Amino acid sequence: MKRIFVKEEWCLGCHLCEYNCAFANSGLRDMVKALKGKPIYPRIHIEGDDRVTYAVSCRHCTNPICVKSCIAGAISQTDGVVRVDKEKCVGCLTCVLVCPYGALAPSESGVMQKCELCLQNSCGEPAYVKGCPNGAIVYEERGESE
Amino acid sequence: MKQYVIIGNGTAAAGCIEGIRGIDKTGSITVVSEENHPVYCRPLISYYLENKTDLAHMNYRRPDFYDKMGCKVLYGRKAVKLDRENQKVLLDDGTELPYTSVCVATGSAPFVPPFAGLETVPEKFSFMTVEDALDLEKAVNPKTRVLIMGAGLIGLKCAEGLRDRVGSITVCDLADRILSSILDTESAKMMQKHLEENGIRFLLGDTAERFEKNTAFMKSGKQVEFDVLILAVGVRANTALVKEAGGEVNRGILINERMETSIHDIYAAGDCTEGEDFSSGQKKVMAILPNAYMQGHAAGVNMAGGEEVFDRAIPMNSIGFFGLHAMTAGSYEGEALEEREKGKYKRLFLRDGLLVGFILIGKTERAGIYTSLIREKIPLDTINFEMLKKAATSAAFPIEIRRKMFGSVV
Repeated sequence: MKRIFVKEEWCLGCHLCEYNCAFANSGLRDMVKALKGKPIYPRIHIEGDDRVTYAVSCRHCTNPICVKSCIAGAISQTDGVVRVDKEKCVGCLTCVLVCPYGALAPSESGVMQKCELCLQNSCGEPAYVKGCPNGAIVYEERGESE
Repeated sequence: MKQYVIIGNGTAAAGCIEGIRGIDKTGSITVVSEENHPVYCRPLISYYLENKTDLAHMNYRRPDFYDKMGCKVLYGRKAVKLDRENQKVLLDDGTELPYTSVCVATGSAPFVPPFAGLETVPEKFSFMTVEDALDLEKAVNPKTRVLIMGAGLIGLKCAEGLRDRVGSITVCDLADRILSSILDTESAKMMQKHLEENGIRFLLGDTAERFEKNTAFMKSGKQVEFDVLILAVGVRANTALVKEAGGEVNRGILINERMETSIHDIYAAGDCTEGEDFSSGQKKVMAILPNAYMQGHAAGVNMAGGEEVFDRAIPMNSIGFFGLHAMTAGSYEGEALEEREKGKYKRLFLRDGLLVGFILIGKTERAGIYTSLIREKIPLDTINFEMLKKAATSAAFPIEIRRKMFGSVV
């Protein structure tokens, strides 16, 4: 399956990916209306220090520990894509306690959200990949085994 | 054709079914379910009382799960004996289930100490099953005075769930602090204060000496009047089946990293088991849902002739009360490092150059990175621990590791 990979040497740390993600999942057509003056809850975030930056989002692991650990049966994996059922999630944060990548964070309402590759919204492909000005995030096939 | 029998119908059983079917698509699977429900999310019963979920959303798997997996479920039935000689499981209605292999996933049961006068209490409940939650829901009203015996995970989640439904809640515990199995003195104080601010009353270092109808006479001499009593003193692993069959049992059914008990062809998984805590090397009952699923899955794979080892069980909990979250993992041994911020608590425990445990309150972002250091036993001198101490971030890892984490299929 196609996955997200990052090239930290190309990341500018500009945080545009976070805005593009929040906008893509807002359901709104106007980016200003969607984001201006509001706290944003993106499903990707920039990490690093003053020397290096890179974007972190769900790895869609081949053996996802979040799925096995969810106490609400709210996280599942279909065709490789790991998804959260927001109707089932109770916001206990057990997935945050087990994800070794730090890829999950709560949404505004407190239930969990994570990168679902924009497959469920109108984008159809990861908005933050399209919007990255330096090509530091790619969405591609790299084989299933290392 | 292999005949699999799973005793119990909780999370470990679901893991076991999925583990078996990953290998063997045709063998027969029979699930013995004491509760009259398909597998549901047991830890959500407090969220049910809190109106954060409902019965329809508490199912652990989709309604067609057992059909799709080709399982037969015997509801309302209890296994009473493991007959090793004849390879049969005997049920309470006389049914005999022949088996090739068995997974014992019997969970645990509330432990109720012999309180004097307990039989005179008209309204008393445990808080372990969805039936308990439904019974409790019917028994309370906005004026109900609730007394909860036990300030552990079950007692306090019950308190949170009931808070907006009742008049008052008092929680007592013989221990001098709340959540004594997962928090240390200081973090427990912080959480207790938060719970008190949210209307929960505590009587710590105190327990009931005797009951007389709706009054608890405490060791301290105090008297507590209540309408509803909840017994959440502790739980005991359901080990009897294996013990009576001659299997090795301590506080839980002893299992190895393949989920095998000491009896050939009998596996065990979930809250009824005792296995090795990877963070301390000690044998422990680690009754938490993630371990139950992973143990169940490993048991299933191995029962079906595959090979799966689960040797990374550690105690860990993510538990929130009225918006304040605590996360804990591993063992609290060795050197303790503290990072202080107002309204937050962080204590990391280091031993032999490894992170072996932590307690976090308030600031829990990306805590899984800390958990992975415990689970993978990553030597702290290979990473930027000064950075990691302040905040859980993969930026503290060397670039080669990070490239692998975010640049390859994981």
